[in-house]
Amino acid sequence: MDPTLLAFYAFAALAVLSAGAVVGVRNPVNAALFLVLTFFSAACTWILAGAEFLGLALVLVYVGAVMVLFLFVVMMLDIDIARLREGYVRFLPVGLLVAVAMLAEILVLIGVRARATVPFADNAADAIAGGGPGNTSWLAEALFTEFLLPFEVAAVILTVAVIAAVMLTLRRRVGARHQDPLDQARVRAADRIRIVKMAPVRRAPEGVAGTDTETTP
Amino acid sequence: MNALATSLSLGHFLALGAVLFCIAVAGIFINRKNVILLLMCIELMLLAVNVNFVGFSRHLGDASGQVFVFFILTVAAAEAAIGLAILVTLFRNRRTIDVAGIDSLKG
Repeated sequence: MDPTLLAFYAFAALAVLSAGAVVGVRNPVNAALFLVLTFFSAACTWILAGAEFLGLALVLVYVGAVMVLFLFVVMMLDIDIARLREGYVRFLPVGLLVAVAMLAEILVLIGVRARATVPFADNAADAIAGGGPGNTSWLAEALFTEFLLPFEVAAVILTVAVIAAVMLTLRRRVGARHQDPLDQARVRAADRIRIVKMAPVRRAPEGVAGTDTETTP
Repeated sequence: MNALATSLSLGHFLALGAVLFCIAVAGIFINRKNVILLLMCIELMLLAVNVNFVGFSRHLGDASGQVFVFFILTVAAAEAAIGLAILVTLFRNRRTIDVAGIDSLKG
């Protein structure tokens, strides 16, 4: 049997098992850890199929960013603080299990890719082994020519998401001193100083009428 | 095509995507209490769709499928960020994230 196929079965089985664990476990921290393992296994199957860029992007974006965000939120919302406070040892087995499983997957992936046939050989023109430009540049060509406008739209979506997330969770403290740049930019001179016309309090001396100085020589 | 059963092919990826999607749907029905787990199940569904996209892209030799996976990853990351922000706001206001307790919009 093909070692690539065997490795795919192993990765897929691990992905399915850990997905079941995500659904099944009661603790949200453990569920997030198992979700990391699911995404990692799926990324391994993608790399096995020759989609290296997307596999690495999945690991970077999901395992690196989104799952850490999930863990932050799970830890920050003290949903079940008595159980969360037991701390480090409680999550050690699951964390260790996830880490060891990911290490084994990396090793299997390296071993298989080092000496394996190219999958999907009938259109392997985009694979490195086929003498083609490689998956990343193949993808980049399509992304930056055909899909340039959606690419820019995706950037706008990410910016909007950042602003929305910050605006949703921003907490305004009462009584804290802060600047308001909008007000600062919109200010006019009339808001800052007020010119008051007043009647003179003291009458000018008779002899020096016509001058407005009151200083003595 | 006689190598269909002995080497990696489209069917394997479709099967993996289908299993992951079904697990995610089951998870949404099982975990009716916890919004965080619901968000995780949605992420699993998107992953299943992405597996299908990658499989078809490699099968047909077309880059569009993988470009779409790229966009889906972008949108999913934005969705996760905004969803978690909403979750934090919800927890601040209600001190709970029980789905059954969120029925203010019910008339």
